[in-house]
Amino acid sequence: MKTKRPRSPAGAAPPVAAPPRGASGNKKIRLRLYVAGATTRSRNAVVRIRNLCENELAGRCDLKVIDIYQQPELARLNQIVATPTLIKEMPRPVRRYIGNLADIIDLLSGLDLDLEAKVAA
Amino acid sequence: MKKKSPTPAFKAQRLPKCPTGIQGLDEITGGGLPRQRPTLVCGSAGCGKTLLAAEFLVRGAMQFDEPGVFMAFEETESELKANVASLGFDLDTLIDRKKILLDYVHIEQGDTQESGDYDLEGLFVRLGHAIDSIGAKRVVLDTLEVLFASLPNEAILRSELRRLFRWLKEKGVTAVITAERGREQLTRHGLEEYVSDCVILLDHRINDQIATRHLRVVKYRGAMHGTNEFPFLIGDEGISVLPITSLSLNHKVSAERIATGIPRLDAMLGGRGFFRGSSILLTGTPGTGKTIIAANFAQAAALRGERVLFFSFEESPDQIIRNMHSIGLRLDPLVKRGLLRFHSARPSLYGLEMHLATMFKEIAAFKPHVVVVDPITSLMSSGTDSEGKGMVTRLIDYLKAGLVTSLFTSLTQGGHALQQSEAAMSSLMDSWILLQDYEGNGERNRVLYVLKARGMAHSNQIREFLISNHGIDLVDAYIGPGGVLTGSARAAQHSLEKAAVLASQQEAAQLKREVERKHGALEYKISGLRSDYETEAAELRRIAEQVGTRTFVLGTERDASGILRQADVKASAFAPAKPIHTKIKV
Repeated sequence: MKTKRPRSPAGAAPPVAAPPRGASGNKKIRLRLYVAGATTRSRNAVVRIRNLCENELAGRCDLKVIDIYQQPELARLNQIVATPTLIKEMPRPVRRYIGNLADIIDLLSGLDLDLEAKVAA
Repeated sequence: MKKKSPTPAFKAQRLPKCPTGIQGLDEITGGGLPRQRPTLVCGSAGCGKTLLAAEFLVRGAMQFDEPGVFMAFEETESELKANVASLGFDLDTLIDRKKILLDYVHIEQGDTQESGDYDLEGLFVRLGHAIDSIGAKRVVLDTLEVLFASLPNEAILRSELRRLFRWLKEKGVTAVITAERGREQLTRHGLEEYVSDCVILLDHRINDQIATRHLRVVKYRGAMHGTNEFPFLIGDEGISVLPITSLSLNHKVSAERIATGIPRLDAMLGGRGFFRGSSILLTGTPGTGKTIIAANFAQAAALRGERVLFFSFEESPDQIIRNMHSIGLRLDPLVKRGLLRFHSARPSLYGLEMHLATMFKEIAAFKPHVVVVDPITSLMSSGTDSEGKGMVTRLIDYLKAGLVTSLFTSLTQGGHALQQSEAAMSSLMDSWILLQDYEGNGERNRVLYVLKARGMAHSNQIREFLISNHGIDLVDAYIGPGGVLTGSARAAQHSLEKAAVLASQQEAAQLKREVERKHGALEYKISGLRSDYETEAAELRRIAEQVGTRTFVLGTERDASGILRQADVKASAFAPAKPIHTKIKV
């Protein structure tokens, strides 16, 4: 089923992440966060993923936050059911994370990034 | 997303309904599903939930101009299209025309993890977007329960589902939600607690190795509905529920009469045969000639130029044609001319409701004037008694509505119990002809009588029924002191009667001769008497003459003596004395 998964259209939303820097620029981590409006849950998730990108994964993140109220067709295209949903599109394998991203450690292991994160740290 | 508390839908008028367009379902529910409310369709695997939901959507788009959104959780869009295409629905065209929108919701379990609090707003947004983009009035969610497997946090899921149903009502869409049948409750995850308006239960049971699907409206708040279990089937043209109880008796009837093909049988039925559009039952023990009478009836109708559809559940068409040829019925030219069509199937080929659907389809395609079902009993044996009766009721109803004359043969086991066992079915029939074997004198003979014929004067007599190379003939059976006489006994009785007639004829002739002889004798006697009389009359004349002469003589003598005595001079003057001598000499 993974091959069937539709790709997120590039450039659908402006990148929020910090600009790439350093040697690990070619190992971009592409993250897409889908939220539904400006609820507390959404804001929590946005803040947490931004912190992650700016600190632990500084310089390696390509993060976009997408409000499905604004772009409902993207919800269908990317099989969004629960919000907030974080999709790690790159590197493979694709990973999904649902919830307000309360637990960053869980999040890192879930994203299979902990090792890389430690290396980067 | 607005979060309004649900507005209570208390209205004085009746609950508005949303017709499904599914054959029979609207009859059971009294017009369809509750409009702008969710309906739960639950059932175990493979009992047709998805197809029912899909047909609801497709028919809505095609027949009622209500676009619909199909949200599939289990099947992908292409799978769904293929499945629905098997019912003859072209989803692609409907999708192109923006009448239907398919959305396949897929949650990959393996690569999804939970972290903290979330909601299902993604689902709401997708659904809302889909509804708004085509102006949908109908929504299908098939099957929401997949979410329980993919989202571990049941508390969140339940509260979100509750919100979803409320939201659907607010959206004003008529929704069908399918769910798997649970072991102790209606659905595996208790979805019925969220849907309070209408719950439909589907079921797939196997009885005597034949599977039958059933549908039951468990709950329909605020509306009358049939509570029975109704058989339903999935055919080439979608689902059709077969309601039995909803049938009404308001057919048009015809006063036209149609001949049976057997003149003597017509004569027994008031001289003109059956009514057009009536239902006729032909019962008999094995080998009493049911199929022959049915074939005769079919042939007579086809020769009149009517279309005849012959359902045979025991013999193949060729076999019937060959067998009927042996008694002088030529059916094959009628088949060639397209007036007679055979449909043969083994009763055990499929379930009762499938047979019924096939028959309906054949009837709808061929549009016959006359339908023969031979025999209905073997068909009924493939279901339970009540199913069978329900099926016959529905079939007769369908045929009567189209003024199609129907003849059903029915195989019975002999004895008088047969009339009881057929009683259930016979009440549906307008005419009932019974064929029986009569055993006696070392032979079996067939007899026929009309047990009932609604609306016409009919013979109460038993007729003997002869099958020869030339076809069927009905002859009067003799009723003797020992009962009905048939076959050789009838022939013997016939010759006995002939002899009796001959004897009485001879007797009469003899009597006549006797009388004639008596007459001759009397004539002879009379002539003798007459001659006697004439002899005596002649004698009498002779005597009279003698008497006259004597008197004259006496007178003359007296005169003479008077003269002698000189008594009267005058007298002697008138009476000359001379002729006296001459007279005496004579």
